[in-house]
Amino acid sequence: MKLNKTWMRILGGVGLAALLLATLAWADNNTDIANEAAKQMAEATGSPSSMPWWAWPTILLFFCFVLGIIAVLAGVGGGVLFVPLVSGFFPFHLDFVRGAGLLVALAGALAAGPGLLKRNLASLRLALPVALIASSCAIVGAFLGLALPGNVVQICLGGTIMGIAILLLTSKNTARPVVTKQDALGLALGINGAYMEANGEIVEWKTHRTLPGLLLFIIIGIMAGMFGLGAGWANVPVLNLLMGAPLKVAVGTSKFLLSITDTSAAWVYLNQGCVIPLMAIPSIIGLMMGSFVGVRLLAKAKPAFIRYMVIGVLLFAGGKALAKGLGF
Amino acid sequence: MNRPDTNAPAEQIAYANLLFYGCWSGLALMIVTYFLYVTGIMDPYVSMELVTKFWSQPVGEYLTQNNVPTGWGWATLLNKGDFLNFIGIALLGGLTIICYIPIIFAYLKKKDMAFAIISLLEVLVLCFAASGIVGGGAH
Repeated sequence: MKLNKTWMRILGGVGLAALLLATLAWADNNTDIANEAAKQMAEATGSPSSMPWWAWPTILLFFCFVLGIIAVLAGVGGGVLFVPLVSGFFPFHLDFVRGAGLLVALAGALAAGPGLLKRNLASLRLALPVALIASSCAIVGAFLGLALPGNVVQICLGGTIMGIAILLLTSKNTARPVVTKQDALGLALGINGAYMEANGEIVEWKTHRTLPGLLLFIIIGIMAGMFGLGAGWANVPVLNLLMGAPLKVAVGTSKFLLSITDTSAAWVYLNQGCVIPLMAIPSIIGLMMGSFVGVRLLAKAKPAFIRYMVIGVLLFAGGKALAKGLGF
Repeated sequence: MNRPDTNAPAEQIAYANLLFYGCWSGLALMIVTYFLYVTGIMDPYVSMELVTKFWSQPVGEYLTQNNVPTGWGWATLLNKGDFLNFIGIALLGGLTIICYIPIIFAYLKKKDMAFAIISLLEVLVLCFAASGIVGGGAH
């Protein structure tokens, strides 16, 4: 217990320090200076950087490990932190960051899926219709993201990231929304279920406002594909607040849903050559390992502070992306 | 009054089992192939120096300058360390498609036509994305 607390403090400290340093570096515009210096060095020496080829993948592995812990403690998917932070602090172009971001979100969702499905916290009956809409639209989003000019994508990404931060700050999920009457579509598709709480209590659920909920996944799918983000931040409020699924089912189904939505967008990025194994594989492995540690810490941690810090970093990262897109 | 069934349906369990084995196989494969790649046991198609030189450029630049194939072109270069890594990545990408196949039959068996069609359409959507038939305007 004592050891766990010590480890929690150490890992929390490392995470905070990493994010703080990153934020400060960003605030000082150091990346631009670094990029400029790297460019000049490349011109002078014919080599892009004085760092050996293995340095960035190694840094990325550890960075993503910390990111994985923070993402779990803050209750957000890995992709939503990965894309703005890695595109800001690492020398990779946004095209490759989005490709890796989707693979990171996909791997996390695939790993979480079996446990959620077996415990009935992710429902196939709720996920399949939603997934069909979101994954079709994610393909459209991925093509849009790759076809639009870089600065337009940066502006949209900045706005979206800031919007996510505000959503995280203001949304108040309901543990068990009251659904007095299931709507016709939900009834026809048989979108309902039951799960057992840890105390043995059985919770039955069904959906309402199914059609508007499904339609919102058109926008969610497009955004997921366009920016290479997992869209858990948007899935949960729609499933929980709009459609009336209990919070645990909404969170579980959302996580599972990402494994389907991100698959379609990930293939588009893969086929377009936007996946560089040298940086994508350490990202996936680092974030997965960090997620495992984060899940272990989650049972004991009270991560309110980390959550607020992540919101702050997202607001800042979004603002920076927005400014970069606008040419400031 | 009937006690509600909190057990996951059979097709959901089948999906979960396939996902479990596929996901961990994919990750294990990625670790092994990455090791073969970065240790130099297998020579890469694009040298490490060129990858690090071009990873800050738009994807189009990286592809053109290094003559990197798009779509399923990587499948013809599996004797190269960097492209070998795509096996694990493709397994993760293809896993959902594989998991959907048995549930189509499970829903057909239950005469749940709506979900059988939804599942079939999803497989088609994912296969379409994976096929690389439609090219985007990558910049």
